[in-house]
Amino acid sequence: MLSLSSVSAGYGSFQALFGVSLDIARGEAVGVIGPNGAGKTTLMRVISGMLPLSQGSMTFEGEAIGGLPAHHIIEHGIAHVPENRRLFAKLSVEENLRVGAFIPSARARFAEQLDWVYSLFPKLKDRRTQAAGTMSGGEQQMCAIGRALMSKPKVLLMDEPSAGLAPIVVQQVFDLVRKIRGEGLTVLIVEQNVQQVLDVVDRAYLLEVGAIKLSGTAAELKGNSFIRESYLGL
Amino acid sequence: MDLYLLEAIINGILLGGVLALLALGLNLIFGVIDVVWISYADIVMCGMYGVYFLYAQYHLPLPLAFLLAILGSACLGVLVHKLIIAPVLNAAPLNQLLATGGLLFFLQSFATLLFGTDFRNIGVRLPVLEVASMYLSFARLIAFGVALVGAFALYFFLKKTYVGTAIRAIAQDREIVGLMGIDQRRIYLVVSAIGGALAGLAACLLALQYDVHPFIGNTFGPVIFMICVLGGLGNMLGGFFAAFIISLIIAIGGYYWSTELSYVLAFTFFIVLMFIRPRGLFTP
Repeated sequence: MLSLSSVSAGYGSFQALFGVSLDIARGEAVGVIGPNGAGKTTLMRVISGMLPLSQGSMTFEGEAIGGLPAHHIIEHGIAHVPENRRLFAKLSVEENLRVGAFIPSARARFAEQLDWVYSLFPKLKDRRTQAAGTMSGGEQQMCAIGRALMSKPKVLLMDEPSAGLAPIVVQQVFDLVRKIRGEGLTVLIVEQNVQQVLDVVDRAYLLEVGAIKLSGTAAELKGNSFIRESYLGL
Repeated sequence: MDLYLLEAIINGILLGGVLALLALGLNLIFGVIDVVWISYADIVMCGMYGVYFLYAQYHLPLPLAFLLAILGSACLGVLVHKLIIAPVLNAAPLNQLLATGGLLFFLQSFATLLFGTDFRNIGVRLPVLEVASMYLSFARLIAFGVALVGAFALYFFLKKTYVGTAIRAIAQDREIVGLMGIDQRRIYLVVSAIGGALAGLAACLLALQYDVHPFIGNTFGPVIFMICVLGGLGNMLGGFFAAFIISLIIAIGGYYWSTELSYVLAFTFFIVLMFIRPRGLFTP
């Protein structure tokens, strides 16, 4: 469904990704794990069009989407929940969701999508008039995911959804991820929380210094001695 | 209370309406695009010339002249953005100030070249109303009412529409809005057009009260900036209220002393407040 082939990208003279290739099939949940500074966020930014790729190609449902700006990528059905949530803090929860439904196809079925997001996250409905910045971290993460879902995406990119949250909230966030999977969405999730993410995804890639070092099913990676030693601390 | 003082206060509030409208436009542009249009008052000057020529020279009906002046000012706003702002969008703030400041001199000199320095009046004489033995200018009353309607229309646009919500979102996080399908450059054009249209609306209201000449922008340009900074630059509600505070100071000062001294008073108030609340009166 989504496929990257030998994608390189960077910021100015600094190269962050070196020939990354990955494939995601419809309905799959795929994880990208790796240490800080490995290029995980850069990878997400390249896929959603926030950062142009310098080499390689990217296709989505058979169409070349490499090099398209972010506001066109979303119209293809790829939504990105950015690192640190990046909610519009002074706007209300519902206004944040309305911004998420900005693209014409989403505006047309705003009410329907809103009902769906509220049914997934009832707490957001209770808080709909509250300024998004005044909610707790976990609630803000719900709102950020809800905002991305408002565009009715086919693929959801999630960048470190558990970052900066208390352990009990982290558990809730991963429950959210399962909930979203249950809705039939394809999910690509970047996480440092390796143990937890391997419990929710089907497959995962290990990214180190901007290149894919390992890949396999969640079970394979959990059993891999390198992963066990370096990332699971076993 | 002294009847003349009350009259001065009411006139002050009425004057505040148009200033508030201009403060809204300037704050909207600054809040979203992050560039201060030093030449904003000169867009108003252009709009006033538009009204003057369309109505007094080409004898179009006044409402049509107003409408065309507003549309023309909106187009001028878009042009200013495309030609002057967009190329320096990522430049240092000082360079942006120099660019829009340069536009101020360009517009004033160009208007002088084209129209000379004559004071021109559109020649619409509106009555002065006598209410409870106070004299109120009908033109100011209309200007106040229309300015308020304009301000509320802007409020509903920003609050209730997708594009309006996107405009408020972009003012908070310009990098991320692309992920929601919002094209930053298009929003900038929309905002520049709205800013221009607000200046055009103000131009129509001011043309009813004042003569137009190439330097009319200088008479209220600095006051609008003072209002915006006082309310907190980019804070639209703050600027709206600051407009009434400043116009009241000017009106009451004008009543007790003289108009010139009232501006001294207003700017002194402003300077003192900048020491007490450097980020603006309404910024927490």
